Amino acid sequence: MPQLDDRFLALPLQALSDAALSRARDLGCRYAEVRVERIRVAYRSFRDHALETTADHEVLGLSVRVVHNGVWGFASDITLATEAAARLADRAVATAKVSRPLTPASVELVGEEVYPDAVWLSAYEVDPFEVDEATKTSRLLGLNETLLAAPGVNHAKAMLGYVHENKHFANLAGTSTTQQRVRIQANLTAVSVGDHGLTTMRTLAPPTGRGWEYLNGSGWDFDAEVAEIPELLAAQAAAPSVAAGHYDLVIDPSNLFLTIHESIGHATELDRALGYEAAYAGTSFATFDQLGSLQYGSEVMNVTGDRLVDHGLATIGYDDEGVGQQQFDLISGGILVGYQLNRQMAAEKEFGRSNGCAFADSPGHIPMQRMPNVSLRPAPNGPSTEELISDVDDGIYIVGDKSWSIDMQRYNFQFTGQRFFKIENGRLTSQLKDVAYQATTTDFWRSMEAVGNPDTYVLGGAFNCGKGQPGQIAPVSHGCPSALFRRVNVLNTQAEGAQQ
Amino acid sequence: MSMAPQDLVERAVNVATLPSVAWVTERTEANLRWANNGLISNGEMRSRSLTVTAIAAVEGGTAAGTVSQQIAGGDEVGAVVAAAESLARAGRPAEDAAPLVENYAHEDSWPEPPETTSIEVLDELAKGLGDAFERAEAARQQLFGFAEHAVETTYLGSSTGLRRRGVQPTGRLELNAKAADRAASAWLGRTTRDFLDVDVAEATEELNTRLGWASTKVDLPPGRYETLLPSGAIADLMIYAYWTANARDAEEGRNVYAAGDGATKIGQRLAELPITVLSDPRYPRVETIPFVAFTSSLDDTSWAFDGGLPINATTWIDKGVLHELIRNRGHAAQTAARPTPPADNLIMDGGGTASLQEMISTTRRGLLLTCLWYIREVDPERLLLTGLTRDGVYLIENGEVVGAVNNFRFNESPIELLGRITEIGAAELTLCREWNDYFNRTIMPTIRVPDFNMSTVSPAS
Repeated sequence: MPQLDDRFLALPLQALSDAALSRARDLGCRYAEVRVERIRVAYRSFRDHALETTADHEVLGLSVRVVHNGVWGFASDITLATEAAARLADRAVATAKVSRPLTPASVELVGEEVYPDAVWLSAYEVDPFEVDEATKTSRLLGLNETLLAAPGVNHAKAMLGYVHENKHFANLAGTSTTQQRVRIQANLTAVSVGDHGLTTMRTLAPPTGRGWEYLNGSGWDFDAEVAEIPELLAAQAAAPSVAAGHYDLVIDPSNLFLTIHESIGHATELDRALGYEAAYAGTSFATFDQLGSLQYGSEVMNVTGDRLVDHGLATIGYDDEGVGQQQFDLISGGILVGYQLNRQMAAEKEFGRSNGCAFADSPGHIPMQRMPNVSLRPAPNGPSTEELISDVDDGIYIVGDKSWSIDMQRYNFQFTGQRFFKIENGRLTSQLKDVAYQATTTDFWRSMEAVGNPDTYVLGGAFNCGKGQPGQIAPVSHGCPSALFRRVNVLNTQAEGAQQ
Repeated sequence: MSMAPQDLVERAVNVATLPSVAWVTERTEANLRWANNGLISNGEMRSRSLTVTAIAAVEGGTAAGTVSQQIAGGDEVGAVVAAAESLARAGRPAEDAAPLVENYAHEDSWPEPPETTSIEVLDELAKGLGDAFERAEAARQQLFGFAEHAVETTYLGSSTGLRRRGVQPTGRLELNAKAADRAASAWLGRTTRDFLDVDVAEATEELNTRLGWASTKVDLPPGRYETLLPSGAIADLMIYAYWTANARDAEEGRNVYAAGDGATKIGQRLAELPITVLSDPRYPRVETIPFVAFTSSLDDTSWAFDGGLPINATTWIDKGVLHELIRNRGHAAQTAARPTPPADNLIMDGGGTASLQEMISTTRRGLLLTCLWYIREVDPERLLLTGLTRDGVYLIENGEVVGAVNNFRFNESPIELLGRITEIGAAELTLCREWNDYFNRTIMPTIRVPDFNMSTVSPAS
C-alpha cells in the first residue's frame, strides 16, 4: 500500500502554516490559507529506436492567500522557513492593498466543515519514480520496436509522463490536510510516409490516476493495442477521403471524452458563466439564468461532476479551499441542473456549499475554479457499441481524439479523430480519412439518440487542461459510453483552407 | 542568507562527476486580473530553479539526463546533480548527441545580481484601471483583462568553463471591453518590458472606438472573404508555423516543410511578395536571451546537448523563399548544416509602410479581424489549422468600417496563406492573442488576403 512520502512529511509543514496563518491573523485577515506543495513531473520521449528526452522537474514551494479588508491577496515563494512564511503573509496583504482600487465589492466565502489533520492518498500501486530507468526505457522502446518492425510503419514515437503530487493545506478555520496522488500517461504514434502522403495513428490509452502498474496491464493492454496499430494505419493510408455532408455518428469513448470536456466540462464552469474568464478562456452559453431550464441535450443525457472516482485525474480528497470531495449532477435528463463551484461563487449565488472545484496547479499559482471529473452516464440496460452501429444506415464510427477547437462561448466546435470507419446499413465497412465533425454544442447533444451500456464505458482524460491567467494546467478525467448522434455535419479537411 | 545564483551554478559544475551544464533561473512576477469591472485575482511570486543536464558515455554512444528543481539553497545542489547524472548513466545512446558547447567570448556580466519585479510595478496601472472601471460603469460597459510583469535572470555554467548571464523582462496587458448585454466585445493587447509605456486611458479609448463600430450588426454567412488580418492575428499563425519548423521532421516527410525523398522545401518560394520572417535575440524592442537555456523547443527539437549555445539571428523565410529550419547541433553535424536554435521572438516584414487605417481606407469590401482563438492543428502535412475569430470582426465597405459581423470558424494553413497575401502593411510591435502565455515578442505587419476561408459561423459573441 502506498504511504505518504517521507521526504514531504519531513518538511516543517505545521510550523510553516502556523507562522503564515498567525501573521495573517495579526494583520487583520479574516480568511487565510497556506499551501505547501511538492510536485514531481517526469517526461521521457522516444523517437524510432532511440531515447530522445529524459527530463525530471520538481516544484517545491509555499503560498499564502488572504482576504484583507475584503480584498484578495496572494504571494508565493520557495523558501521553506517560518520567517519566510510569515513574510509571505505580509506580501499577500501588500498585493491586497495594491488591488484595493479594483475591488468594488467585498469578497465573501461560503462556509465549509473543518477537517483537522486529514490525510488522503490516491488509488495507485507502484510510484513510477520508484521504478528504475532501464525498466521504463525498455518497456517504451520495446513497444516502439514492435511498431517499427511492422510493414508500412516508417517511424514511431513514444512518450511517457508521470506525476507525483504532495500537498499540505491549512486555513484559519482549522482545516489541515495532507494529500498525495500519482498519475501516468503513455502513448505511441506510428507514422507512415509514402505515395499516400503522411498518415499517423496514435494509441488510445488514456492518461490515468494509476502508477507504473498501468504499463503492465492494470487498466490497459498496451501490447494488444500496439499490435493492432500497423494494420489500422495501413488501412487508413489507403482509405478514401470522406465526402463532406451530414452523417449519423457513433462516437467511441476514446473520442467522445474530449467533446464532453470542451462542450460540457468547460461550459458548466460557473466562473465562465459569470464572466471571470471572459477575456481569456471565454464565457459560456449556459448562462446562470438558464439553470434548471436549459435543454442542453436529449433526455438520455445525464452528466455528473465528481472528485471521487478511482483513478480519476481530478480525484482528490479535499480541494484547494479545504472543501471535501463530492459527486454532483450537472445535467439531468438533458436539462442543465448544476455548475462547478468554488467557495466565493457558491456564496455569491447562494448555493449553500461549494462542490469542491478549487484547484491550483502549483504552489506559485492561486486556486481557481477547475474542472472535476465530468462524465456522461451510460444507460444501465443500453445497447452495446455494435448495437448502436447496427442502428445506422449511413454513418461514421469515430475512434480516438486528435484535433479539437471550440469557441469562447462553447458553441461552435470542430473535432477530428484517430480512426474513422464508414457505417453502411448497420455494418462497418472501410476506413475513411480527412474527417472532422463540426457542430453547435446544444444541437449536437440534442441529437444524441442513445448512449451505450456500462460495458461500453471508458474513463478518458487529459493531463493538461489549460485555464486562467497566469495560465494553469489541470489533469481531468471524463468517463462516457459509446453514443449515437444523428445527422452531424462532417467536413472534408482536405477541402478546407486551400485556394478553391 | 541564501546562496547567490552564480554560486549555485559554480557548486553544481564543481560537484558534477560527468560533463554537465547547469543553469539557475531566478524569476519574480506580479499580476492583476479583473472581470466585470472588478478584481478577481492577483499575486506576487518568486521562484528559483536549478536545471542540470549531465552527459554520460553509455554502451553504444552518449546519453543525456536533465533534472530541474526549484531550490531554496545550496544544500540541494548535490542531489540535483546526482539525479541528472543517474538519469544520464541509465540512458540509451542519443541520436543527436554532441560534445558540450565550448567556452567562447561574450559580453555578459556574470557577477551582476538578478533583476527583479514586484506588485508595486502595477501600482499606476491599478489606479488607471480603477478610474477606467468607473467610466465603464457609467457607459454601461464592462472591462475584463490581465496584466502581468515577470523578470527572469538566468545564470548558465558548463564544465567547459562557459559562463553566461541573461535577463528577460516580460510584460503584457490584455484589455477587453464588452457592452453590458455582452452583444459586442473589443480587445487589445500590449507587450511591454516595464509597464512605463502603458496608458490605460488611451487603451480604453481605442476599445470605445471599436465598440462604437459594433453599434451596427451585420450577419454574414460562411465563405471566402477578402480579409485584413492585423498584426496580432498573423502573429498567432506565424508562431505556429515557427513551432513546426523542425528540420528533421521535414526530412522525414512529417511536416509541411517536407519535399519528399528526404528533402525539405528550403529554397522553395512560399510567398510571391518579398516577405521575410526572422528571429533575432538582439532585435530592437523584442530583445531576448541570446543563448540556449532550454532542453527542448516547441517544434520538438531536443537541445539537451546544446546548453549555452549562442542563439544568433536566423532568417527563416527570405524574401518569400524558405531559407532555414530548426536543427540542433547533433542533427546539423549529421546533415552538414549549421545549428539553428530558435530565439524567443519572431519578426515578419514585407517592406510595407501602410498603417491599418490606410489599409482599411483602400478596401472596397472586406473583413477586418481583431484576433484569432483556439487555434489547433488539423493536418500537419499542410499545416492546416482551425480556430475562431474573436472580440470583433468588422465589415469594411468603401474604405470605412460599417459594422460588426458575427464570428466565424476558420480552416487555413499559414504556409498556404503566405502564397495568397496580396498586401503587407507596416510591421509593428504586437501582442498575439492565442499564444501570448508562451510567446510575447513579435513584430508583424497587417496583411491582406483575398479569400480567407471562414468555414462556419460561430454564434459566440
